[in-house]
Amino acid sequence: MQRFLIRRAISIAISLVGASMVIFAMTRLAHDPRELFVPDTGYGMSEEQWEALGDRMGFNKPIPIQYLTWFGNLLRGEFGKSIHQELQVRDIIFSKMGATIQLAIGGWVFAILVGVPLGVAAASTRGTVWDYLSRGFALFGQALPQFWTGIMAILIFAVLLQWLPAGTRGDEHGFDIRYYILPCVVLGWPAAAGIMRLTRSAMLEVLDSEFVKLARAKGVGGFQVIWKHALKNALIPPLTSALLLMAGYLNGALVVETVFSWPGIGWLALNRAVYDNDFPLLQGTVFTFILFYLFFALLADILYAVIDPRIRYS
Amino acid sequence: MELTTTPLPPVIRQLAGFWTFIRRWPVIPATVIAMLIVMGAFGPYIAPHDPVIITNILDRHIPPVGFESCIGTKCKEGSWTHPLGTDHVGRDVLSRIIVGSRISLIVAALSLVVGLIVGTSIGMISGYLGGIFDEIITRIVDIWLALPFLMVALLVVLIFGQSIGVVFLLLAVLSWVGFVRVVRAQTLQLKEMDYVALARIAGAHPVRIILRHVLPGVINSAIVIATLNVGNLILAEATLSFLGAGIPPPTPAWGVLISEGREYIGTAWWQTAFPGVGIFMVVMSLNFLGDWARDRFDPRLRQLT
Repeated sequence: MQRFLIRRAISIAISLVGASMVIFAMTRLAHDPRELFVPDTGYGMSEEQWEALGDRMGFNKPIPIQYLTWFGNLLRGEFGKSIHQELQVRDIIFSKMGATIQLAIGGWVFAILVGVPLGVAAASTRGTVWDYLSRGFALFGQALPQFWTGIMAILIFAVLLQWLPAGTRGDEHGFDIRYYILPCVVLGWPAAAGIMRLTRSAMLEVLDSEFVKLARAKGVGGFQVIWKHALKNALIPPLTSALLLMAGYLNGALVVETVFSWPGIGWLALNRAVYDNDFPLLQGTVFTFILFYLFFALLADILYAVIDPRIRYS
Repeated sequence: MELTTTPLPPVIRQLAGFWTFIRRWPVIPATVIAMLIVMGAFGPYIAPHDPVIITNILDRHIPPVGFESCIGTKCKEGSWTHPLGTDHVGRDVLSRIIVGSRISLIVAALSLVVGLIVGTSIGMISGYLGGIFDEIITRIVDIWLALPFLMVALLVVLIFGQSIGVVFLLLAVLSWVGFVRVVRAQTLQLKEMDYVALARIAGAHPVRIILRHVLPGVINSAIVIATLNVGNLILAEATLSFLGAGIPPPTPAWGVLISEGREYIGTAWWQTAFPGVGIFMVVMSLNFLGDWARDRFDPRLRQLT
């Protein structure tokens, strides 16, 4: 177990370095970053200013040294200054991170609360209408584009029925759960579909096993067999994949945040970084996402090893 | 006692036969995909109106057939001239969807073929050779998985500008990873087979072994993965276009249509709804075909999804 963890840690470190190299290479491939600092006034920059800027920002040093300085700064949380807002990128990201995490947790809870029971229900009523309904729910979740589901949800529940607000977090009202419902459901639906399919196939396998048959033969009630004996053993695949989902969510949140004008990192990346051409900001957000992903991937591995003692890592 | 069976009336028997046929063969998904291919190939000739040029801006936001939409006291009624209504500058929604299908089709097909060829080759080589090459490939796959795709796509578009070529490259890079992992795992198994060992003893060149002995063993899985992958690629393309990082305007890609209609969602739902239904039908059909292909060609893969 210990050796396995060390190996995982090393491979995660390699992934981190590799991913950061990709981003660094992209920043240097396209154009000189100094061009971003040329003022928009139209007079440009003098030769001396250009060189001075190069000295100050370290562009005159060899590339590997530049990379090491850059990566070291990233690790210490020094993402540099945003070009458009005179603020540290780190502070901007921190101020928006809370909203994204709230959204991700909301979507995640929805995915598990809906996906697992539906999967169990579908497996235990295999071949009936309920099974087909649950699978239909999953098919829709996996084939509908999230941005479209979001817009349609706004149309139906906010514009036509006027039950729920159309977007934003409703910060001016303090905490209001109604603002969370639509974004979380839209974010969680595809994941709920995935979890449902995994739970269903795992349950079908367990329900077919000897110990379930024995429990049935001993006269344990159907409800107890399904929800207690079988589910306990079928939960491993959906739970571990749910952790990886959490990592993917921080990525998927980009779309949902855009549709619902949710004030999170994804919205920030798109509206402030991409449309305003704010390079350091986008770079910082991408790096944050990578850290999130690797953290949850490691967590999933550890959890997998802890809850399933049959798995031995060599 | 004598057993008698009343023969079913022929109509019912035919119906039952038809139902069995539909359940066994993916008739409906295949029809949708065939329609998509025809639309993609002959779109500009089928489309009833011009999808890009604005002819009459007074025709803006005409609702679909059978609907009526009023803004203030001014009402517009849908007609068969524009079965799915018109957009914010009076262009026919149906025509735009038909012509826009070509983009989804081309981008998905090209990236898929590139991903299939590159991913399968790399997977086979990496699994067969092992050693340092394998280690490097596995690392690259890990690194790619750690990168948030949409964010990286935005970054790439920000650096290299918005063009069809960039979208195509991004999607190709997105698609090859899926092939590498499965093909590599299968190659590792095939490598231990006796017939491969025999070929090696007989002195066959590694290239020959890979092409003649390993490839036939992995091609089924690769095709199944390909079918399951197209749907995701189409969704990814639509998402990129929706975010404004995909196909540049004025080309009517489906994601672009939805993004344009979003501003008018309160007054003209049809401009957003129908392109989404298009994406949904295509992706759903592809997923169905993929599942069907998996069950038919490669039952071993059932565990993977």
